[in-house]
Amino acid sequence: MTDLKELNIELNPLPGAIPATFAQVNEETLRTTCRACQESGGRLVAIWGTDAYHQASQNRFTVHIALVFAQGLVCLSHPILNDPPSCTDLGDIFFPARRMQRALFDMMGIRFTAPDQRPWLRHGAWPETLFPLRKDSNESLFYQNTPDPYSFIQVTGEGVHEIAVGPVHAGTIEPGHFRFQVVGEKILRLEERLGYTHKGIEKRFESLEWAEGVKLAGRVSGDSTVAHGWAYVMAVENLCGHTAPIRSLWLRALALERERIANHLGDLGALGNDGGLAFGLSQFSRLKEDWIRTNDLIFGHRYLMDFIIPGGVNHDVAHAQTIQIQHEVQIIRKEVQHLKRIYDEHAGLQDRFLMTGRVLPDLATDLGMIGLAGRASGIAFDLRTQFPCTPYDALNVNMITHHNGDVAARVIVRFEEIFESLRLIELILAKLPQGDVRSDIPEPPSNSIGLGWIEGWRGEVFVAVHTDSRKKPLRIHVHDPSWQNWPAIEYAVMGNIVPDFPLINKSFNLSYSGHDL
Amino acid sequence: MTNLYGFIFQFIQLIMTLVLSPLLLGWINQCRYWLQNRQGPGVFQPYRQLVKLFCKDAVLADNASPLFRMTPYFLFACMCLAGTIVPVLATNLPFASVADVIVLVGIFALARVFLALAAMDIGTGFGNLGARREMMIGFLAEPALLMVLFTPAFISHSTALTTIVDTLSHTRFIIYPSMAFAMASYLMVLLAENSRIPVDNPSTHLELTMIHEAMLLEYSARHLALVEWASSIKLYDYFVIGFALFVPWGIASGNHLSSMLLAFLALFIKLAFAGFGLAIVETLSAKMRIFRVPEFLGTAFMLAVLGTLTHFLLEA
Repeated sequence: MTDLKELNIELNPLPGAIPATFAQVNEETLRTTCRACQESGGRLVAIWGTDAYHQASQNRFTVHIALVFAQGLVCLSHPILNDPPSCTDLGDIFFPARRMQRALFDMMGIRFTAPDQRPWLRHGAWPETLFPLRKDSNESLFYQNTPDPYSFIQVTGEGVHEIAVGPVHAGTIEPGHFRFQVVGEKILRLEERLGYTHKGIEKRFESLEWAEGVKLAGRVSGDSTVAHGWAYVMAVENLCGHTAPIRSLWLRALALERERIANHLGDLGALGNDGGLAFGLSQFSRLKEDWIRTNDLIFGHRYLMDFIIPGGVNHDVAHAQTIQIQHEVQIIRKEVQHLKRIYDEHAGLQDRFLMTGRVLPDLATDLGMIGLAGRASGIAFDLRTQFPCTPYDALNVNMITHHNGDVAARVIVRFEEIFESLRLIELILAKLPQGDVRSDIPEPPSNSIGLGWIEGWRGEVFVAVHTDSRKKPLRIHVHDPSWQNWPAIEYAVMGNIVPDFPLINKSFNLSYSGHDL
Repeated sequence: MTNLYGFIFQFIQLIMTLVLSPLLLGWINQCRYWLQNRQGPGVFQPYRQLVKLFCKDAVLADNASPLFRMTPYFLFACMCLAGTIVPVLATNLPFASVADVIVLVGIFALARVFLALAAMDIGTGFGNLGARREMMIGFLAEPALLMVLFTPAFISHSTALTTIVDTLSHTRFIIYPSMAFAMASYLMVLLAENSRIPVDNPSTHLELTMIHEAMLLEYSARHLALVEWASSIKLYDYFVIGFALFVPWGIASGNHLSSMLLAFLALFIKLAFAGFGLAIVETLSAKMRIFRVPEFLGTAFMLAVLGTLTHFLLEA
């Protein structure tokens, strides 16, 4: 790993729960730092932009890039001085940057010098010349939805044909368009088109108070409400230099692990069902339902929404309830062990899972994969292990990895993570410190930045919060791990057969809503 | 028997085909739900489904040809015809002499060709995908089915189903080892031909994995109702053909009312058991990868050939 000190940039530490530094860079040092990061085994976390219109600032636009180095998170800010705003392409260094850059142009009008200039999140719902996240855009105007030609990459040759799937599907799932180029049943190429669930969440954040913002953050992707909520409040608390009461941090971890288990249970059932084993779905659905009913009983919401608030958690968990959870953990562990044995020994199901949708570790590294899907492809990164915040620093989380990178590996990682999370829940409940669970956060400083970074069930959720000169939110960027892993599906399906695509897609189970924002 | 009773019983058999087939499907689904620890909507759900679909207004694609509109009626007619040829209640019904087992296979093939053509008619990707997969399964399943039917045909020296049933059930009781092979093979063909798990998944919502359902995506209302009904009749037909070949006991040889009632009772019990058996098979297995289907049906064909060989070696 390259030592950060060898890089010719001035790093300022950002206070807070995660090791993070901040630096101003010009175009040249931006590229050299990114290159150094990539060569030292680091990767890209997120790219976003800010618009300092009305603010006393020399330049209007700034591009921010968050990178992971061995020492922690490095946030580079690159002021854009030219007009119309443009920035050097980072897609040649970091593969996942390509779509983030296209999205940044759609939203803020900062053009990257990349070969692919097609729109990404803009689907003709607003004109090409309008950039919604700019401070001078008028959000009250309505625009005619214009047809929007989008050139998919074509494969030519004898017997090649195209299958277009979605955005409306036969089942009730989120909308996304998938363009397959196939020969017979074999997939030569898949191209995704996302952005159908764009809701303007990032723009909405700017007009919300901090306490309201966490509610919105919890609704970015409904299945990761705890991860997004915690990342948001972590960013706000880091920004204000505030630490929430210790008991509330432990309760947040309890909620996060419960969310992880609920989603893994649901996915394992759905994966069985997509393999044609409806028995798996009904069994896992039953377990998940019991699990989220307990959530409702103890946390007041089936999916744990609005439990996390800035400065703590919404309410305490009583001692009787912790005993109830401990009891439930033992039941679930036994049941999941039993079901794991059935899945493992089912020849027909294993035949569907094994060697399907493979992403080998080398490719996964090149693609910059993260989270659960990354760990199933040998990417040994789990925030709870690498950069543990409180209480994970006291829990010794065992990271679950696999090197096969196929659907079976993602199933195994899910099973093992359930068992690990059950262990963590027991540990959290045994060690739960006493004290308050709420506190008031101080007013944030002006023209400042706070970062939040949490390992959700799908992968790491990243939130950046900028304040303006009036100490109000200038820009809030929410980054779902799906950004990194969506492009990986295009590679995972290559050479597979068309009917295996739903299974592969399900084994990743990425968020549309969290990606489209 | 070409008297009036014969025609009455033939008519009753046709009505039974129409009425019992959705019930059979409902029963199989209900068994599957029970086996999955679910409550299920009850055995009458397919009837409600049909009523609902018949009450709706049909939506047709702009470029739908007459072939597309005609196919549901044609399918329905084919499956009903097949249901009347098979001796379900009695062996000596007038329609039974119209066709033998080879024609029966031909009728199923005809229906398949029409459905595949209709699926490609609109020109959507899924229709083509489904039709292509269906034809792949069809060309593998049909020879296996023919080979299965040859074994009892050799035993009874006739390809007419009535003669086969008469020979197997009404002569003295003999155990034919060859029929065990034929039966195993027939069960595999039944799963493939009726798009059941492990070959196809009739209850999937994943459009990319569909075979039979992919061909029906463009149909709605009465057309869809007829196609769905035809599918359930096809399943019923396969069940009663299986009964006629492998468990023919109970099928009446005369036209006495009492033996008819007995035959009806026997049929009902057989359907209930066989339906439950199918539900068990479907619950226990996962759907196989589509390129495993040729292996699966190749095995079926090989078993059927073994059945015929066994017949010549051991029984002739």
